[in-house]
Amino acid sequence: MLKDITLGQYFPGTTVAHKLDPRTKILLVVLYIVALFCAKGVVGYALMALCLAACVRISKVGIKQLMRGLKPVLFIIIFTGLLNLFFTPGDTYLLEWGFLRISMEGLRNAVFMVLRVMLLIMGTFLMTYTTSPISLTDGLERLLNGLKRFHVPVHELAMMMSIALRFIPTLIEETDKIMSAQKARGADFESGNIIQKAKALIPILVPLFISAFRRADELATAMECRCYHGGEGRTKLHVLKYQRRDYIALTIGILVVAVILTLRHFGL
Amino acid sequence: MSAIIETKELRFAYPAEEGGQPVLALRGVDLTIEKGSFVVVLGHNGSGKSTLAKTFNGVLLPAGGKVYVEGMDTLDENLLLAIRQRVGMVFQNPDNQIVANVVEEDVAFAPENLGVPTEEIRRRVDDALKAVGMSEFVTHAPHLLSGGQKQRIAIAGVIAMEPACIVLDEATAMLDPIGRQEVLSTVHRLNREKGITVILITHHMNEAEEADRVIVMDDGVMAMDGTPKEVFTRIDELRSMGLTTPDTVDLLDRLRRDGWHVSLDALTVDECADAIAAALG
Repeated sequence: MLKDITLGQYFPGTTVAHKLDPRTKILLVVLYIVALFCAKGVVGYALMALCLAACVRISKVGIKQLMRGLKPVLFIIIFTGLLNLFFTPGDTYLLEWGFLRISMEGLRNAVFMVLRVMLLIMGTFLMTYTTSPISLTDGLERLLNGLKRFHVPVHELAMMMSIALRFIPTLIEETDKIMSAQKARGADFESGNIIQKAKALIPILVPLFISAFRRADELATAMECRCYHGGEGRTKLHVLKYQRRDYIALTIGILVVAVILTLRHFGL
Repeated sequence: MSAIIETKELRFAYPAEEGGQPVLALRGVDLTIEKGSFVVVLGHNGSGKSTLAKTFNGVLLPAGGKVYVEGMDTLDENLLLAIRQRVGMVFQNPDNQIVANVVEEDVAFAPENLGVPTEEIRRRVDDALKAVGMSEFVTHAPHLLSGGQKQRIAIAGVIAMEPACIVLDEATAMLDPIGRQEVLSTVHRLNREKGITVILITHHMNEAEEADRVIVMDDGVMAMDGTPKEVFTRIDELRSMGLTTPDTVDLLDRLRRDGWHVSLDALTVDECADAIAAALG
């Protein structure tokens, strides 16, 4: 079960998708999300799907890995799909069964909503797959740099985020270990109703939290030993610099949003 | 030779648990560590060896007495960065000291903090990874490496600061024999080739065989101090402090108790074999 959580996983590579400036990628994802929410008709969604497919192809990320990212949110996707399917009022009903009615609009909404959520998740995952968390937070830090003037602790937030991402695989591994250890003592995580299942998680969460705090303490010491003293006067191994490919990518991104908006105007 | 680390009447106590007495971890340690030497600090759990190590770069500050790093007082807050740059530290759990998701970015962490210019960081990262024999892993994800490899990355991360001294605080304790060997040969090479002072805190006797100097901590004081041969031949004292002796010394000691005339100061297997051969005539 835990193996499915791929959030924040990074697959190193040397494709254009990997080499793009993280700021570009963040901006592209923002544009992508805007376009996704503006898309209205079949043509719009087809274009978005095509964009994603092109990006996946460029990045050489396996489609299987991308699909695996969807698994943990499968429930949410199905839930929104069903809600839209049954509870969208419409003129003509395709099916009526007690209070459950499927309208033409409902079907349409459900399909689009599911598509939208799936494309949204796969798109953002593609970014985390091709961008190392450190350069991702680097990009965010640089993008938000202006907020420092308003006393927003941008560097600290970026640091926290990158460390959180760094520890996801470690903590997943640890959770697996604790689960095995508790199972070996007869703990049961599978049976019972949802409340019993939630209760069964307590013997996992308590040791996990304790160990996470201990880890945090040790990490803080190790960071201090390596002369960490906040963001002031820090230099970087990789200095972010927009390249030609970044300008090209951003132009394409803006064009796609423009096309989607035009399509929306015509209701496509 | 000049001193890199000097402690004077060093005392340290951990704060008391509720209603209890503060725990005295160090009770007056006077120690001078020479530049370029390879020092092993031994002791059983709770002997104060780790506490001692943590005072060497100001992670823990003395409650009494002083610690000087190249003449700099660790109690002077303004010197803390300079001290930590001179004395790097590697800890027990490799997972809890790796900051970044990519090897090179983790190694670059310390020079980045020190404000080293970008080209210079690149050079230092490459040099450091080469020094620990991990050059081919530049863009790897650390969590996919073995324990010994992770610990070598941690060492590279420290070397990238270009320190004069590396303290390894039980850095081999969580590793399998192969990983332990990797780490040990790496620090021995750094000591030999780069002249970096190494202070190895451990409870594995055999890691002390090749050291220049062995210090045994017991109950917050330095119980023994000398070359490996001097220390390990004092078998009875070591045992009374809850420490074992290296297998070779143990074997020779048993032979001696059985009436053989063998010298005790054989630490390597070869020396041991020679000693037995000599006794057999």
